[in-house]
Amino acid sequence: MKNITLSAVIATGFALVGTAALAEGQPPAEIKPLVIDGINIVAEAQAPSHMDIPAIYSGWEFRAEETQVLQLDDFDNPGMLEVDAAREAFNTVDGAAGKSCASCHEGGPEEFKGLAAVLPRWNPDQNALYTMEDYINYCRTARMQAEAWPWGKTQLNGMVGLLNLQSRGEIRNVAIDGPVADLWQQGHDIYYVKQGQLGMSCSSCHEENYGVRIRAEILSQGQTTGFPVYRLKNAHLNSVENRFKGCMKNMRAEPYKPGGPEFHALELYVASRGNGLGIEGPSVRN
Amino acid sequence: MADNVKPRVRVPRSVTAGEAFEVKTLISHKMESGQRKDKDGNRIPRSIINHFSCDFNGENVMQAELQGAVSTNPYFQFDAVVQESGTMTFTWNDDDGSVYTESKDITVG
Amino acid sequence: MEFTRRETLAIGAGAAAVSLMPLQAFADQEATDAAVAEYAAGGAITDGGVELTTPEIAENGNTVPISVSAPGAASILILASGNPSPKVIEFMFGSLAGSQSASCRIRLAGTQDVIALAKMPDGSVRRGTSTVKVTIGGCGG
Ligand code: HEC
Ligand code: HEC
Repeated sequence: MKNITLSAVIATGFALVGTAALAEGQPPAEIKPLVIDGINIVAEAQAPSHMDIPAIYSGWEFRAEETQVLQLDDFDNPGMLEVDAAREAFNTVDGAAGKSCASCHEGGPEEFKGLAAVLPRWNPDQNALYTMEDYINYCRTARMQAEAWPWGKTQLNGMVGLLNLQSRGEIRNVAIDGPVADLWQQGHDIYYVKQGQLGMSCSSCHEENYGVRIRAEILSQGQTTGFPVYRLKNAHLNSVENRFKGCMKNMRAEPYKPGGPEFHALELYVASRGNGLGIEGPSVRN
Repeated sequence: MADNVKPRVRVPRSVTAGEAFEVKTLISHKMESGQRKDKDGNRIPRSIINHFSCDFNGENVMQAELQGAVSTNPYFQFDAVVQESGTMTFTWNDDDGSVYTESKDITVG
Repeated sequence: MEFTRRETLAIGAGAAAVSLMPLQAFADQEATDAAVAEYAAGGAITDGGVELTTPEIAENGNTVPISVSAPGAASILILASGNPSPKVIEFMFGSLAGSQSASCRIRLAGTQDVIALAKMPDGSVRRGTSTVKVTIGGCGG
């Protein structure tokens, strides 16, 4: 662990780390193989060429051992309770069209194998950047005539968990060019802009100081390959946006609108920082 | 609470007589501790699973008496040993009087 | 389940809440001693003979994995000496228990000693203690 200089301790008790000379963080203290129920997950990879750091790591590598082991066996992973509930919802009729997900997706959730690895991506039919949440809610509203599930809440997070689980171990590979090029650039800019009362950017923590202990915890690179994430802190599955929102609050910045364009662009950009890592959601973090 | 409480249980399907094996259980429950207050400063009443029991063919393996300091989604891991084939039953008692049960057949082979 | 800061108090929501909690809400030594005495019911208490495994530092006090083992014990009581109410859980082993050990996940309101008391068939009590550091988090939402 590198020695950090506390260049500022904010009145809120929030320690801001880093010195001017520091541009990148520290690899995890020990890199362990991440194998979940026999499936090997790539948790360390060469960084994509658009990034300035040498290597990328799953957030799992930065966690304490007690937290890590909770993810190694699906039975020990409490996030699977919400996945079980989603599996039931997948087969349950809802909405005016009298259909369940399974009515059309007869192959079951397994049909979506590989999808999580390439999202978010451009949806040419809707002319919009689509996350897993968008696909699910589009089917619910347009095809089932049911209400959209609210962003960041258990039904949607659980269903994303069930569908992402089908891509376990697949290598993340989101496209950053073509129709999404501008959105990707926008997400990039949001990632690096200093915002909020503490004058921090996402990069202040997740690029310049990963591997550094900030109060109780060690900073990771803020990767999203583990989402949705069961957090010990709130004991339920959390979406990518839930986490972005929390980080923005800690930056004393005003979080963007749930499901809005800024979060979409940011989700795409952050996903692209994980190109090369294995999909591991639903994961367990503190 | 009774609606969305889901037990998960894992035991081996077949075991050796007299040889200890591992049992894992997980149940979805918020385990409201009774220690928290709401926005208006009123204490949120305790609502927890207060008792758990694992039995096999009517004989007890393990019981537990839970308090509010057991985490959300109570998880247990323990060992059992059986001499003959039969059914393992799992029972969780909720403060609100609900009882959640699950059972698994185990073969001695 | 989501709680705002103001809704959170004490052990339910970990970190932020701890500093806001009035001190008397923590179990004092007396409450812990009383729970120990009640459980021991006059039996002699000796240290050792109970293996209590806890993390040294909990990443979050809301979900702290622990395991306990006391060969031959009839029951094991777990106490969290720094929680608002010290009793956490009691395991009672039946005739088909494959060992006198169990694992679970518990809430800790702050850095404190976790105590495991094992009651032996002769009424004597064995004690194991382990300190868990619960650092106040508060980053990363
Ligand atoms: C009335 C039929 C119907 C229902 C009901 C339905 N879908 Fe779909 N879904 C489709 C069609 C058609 C598509 C677009 C073609 C395709 O990719 O399969 C689609 C696409 C999707 C996709 C994107 C797949 C991809 O590879 O691009 C996801 C994810 C999805 N559905 C999930 C769900 C879920 C979850 C539910 C239940 C909440 C659901 N769907 C209900 C018909 C349906
Ligand atoms: C003050 C430091 C700080 C800043 C600034 C910050 N975060 Fe975080 N973030 C954390 C901490 C602490 C965690 C939890 C530990 C970890 O995984 O790093 C976290 C976790 C995350 C995670 C979850 C990682 C995982 O493995 O589950 C993501 C994703 C994330 N942050 C994204 C962002 C984004 C996007 C921004 C900018 C909007 C941001 N963070 C800004 C401190 C910060």
